[in-house]
Amino acid sequence: MTEQEVSVFTGIIENYFEEFTGKKAVVDKPYIKEEEKIILSCTGLIGISGKRKGTIYITAHREMLVDIAKVFLKTDELDDEIVLDMIGELANTIAGNAKQHFGSDFLISIPSIIDGAPNDIRIKLELPVYVIPFFWKGQKAFVVVGIE
Amino acid sequence: MFDTIKKNFTIVLFCGINSIYKIYQEIPMKVLIVDDSMIMRRAIEGYLKDFDIEIIGTAGDGKTALALFKEKEPDIVTMDITMPEMDGLTCIKEMLAHKKETKIMVVTALSDEGTALEALKLGAAGFLAKPFNEQMLKEKFEKMIGA
Repeated sequence: MTEQEVSVFTGIIENYFEEFTGKKAVVDKPYIKEEEKIILSCTGLIGISGKRKGTIYITAHREMLVDIAKVFLKTDELDDEIVLDMIGELANTIAGNAKQHFGSDFLISIPSIIDGAPNDIRIKLELPVYVIPFFWKGQKAFVVVGIE
Repeated sequence: MFDTIKKNFTIVLFCGINSIYKIYQEIPMKVLIVDDSMIMRRAIEGYLKDFDIEIIGTAGDGKTALALFKEKEPDIVTMDITMPEMDGLTCIKEMLAHKKETKIMVVTALSDEGTALEALKLGAAGFLAKPFNEQMLKEKFEKMIGA
């Protein structure tokens, strides 16, 4: 994956939060992941197949997801299932929007959700893996992209 | 005498048609919401509450949606594309083969032109790319039902 392709995802993240919540996310400088583990309390994963192969995931703290869901649903009454669903929908939208730039052969799976941040988890990604940190309402999250 | 019968028949017929028309006018359009994301189903349902419609159900996958569609025969469907069991494009094809006058609005994260064109080619009446907000959904929905 090229650096130019990484910038596609930064644009998608900014647009997502602006359209969805009315408040733009601040995207930090993307970097290449080394050995460190990038996983927060909720994670949504999308498998990529077709012309390109790999995985895209977004990982965030539950508090951020609660805040996004509150804005979207205009309610404070949120159960745990809805909050977890939010991370899956985030992953789905970010990967789905990327199709516009990568072409119709960029096929995305339905999202898988990881609840919690287990120490021994290993997510297989195609190298190099790019980490895109971003902030929304002062809360930090990451989009991690590893596609060949 | 024949004239009286004819006149009365005309009045009855007119009243009948008028009543049917009135009933037809008062029946809200039936809507089915299809999306594998629970938060999306809930948001769409909430955003559409201001319209004079009846939400007849929601479904999280294509197969369930199709079964519900055949049972309840909604007038309008909001349809996701990437879903388990049966994808949205297959679902559109099956639904329109069953009831071709149904208006289907695609609501998907697949914002590429190819997906939109394919959906419209299959007979979808509208297309809304995610992410969206309340106003965007309402505008698209209004445009579609007014078309």
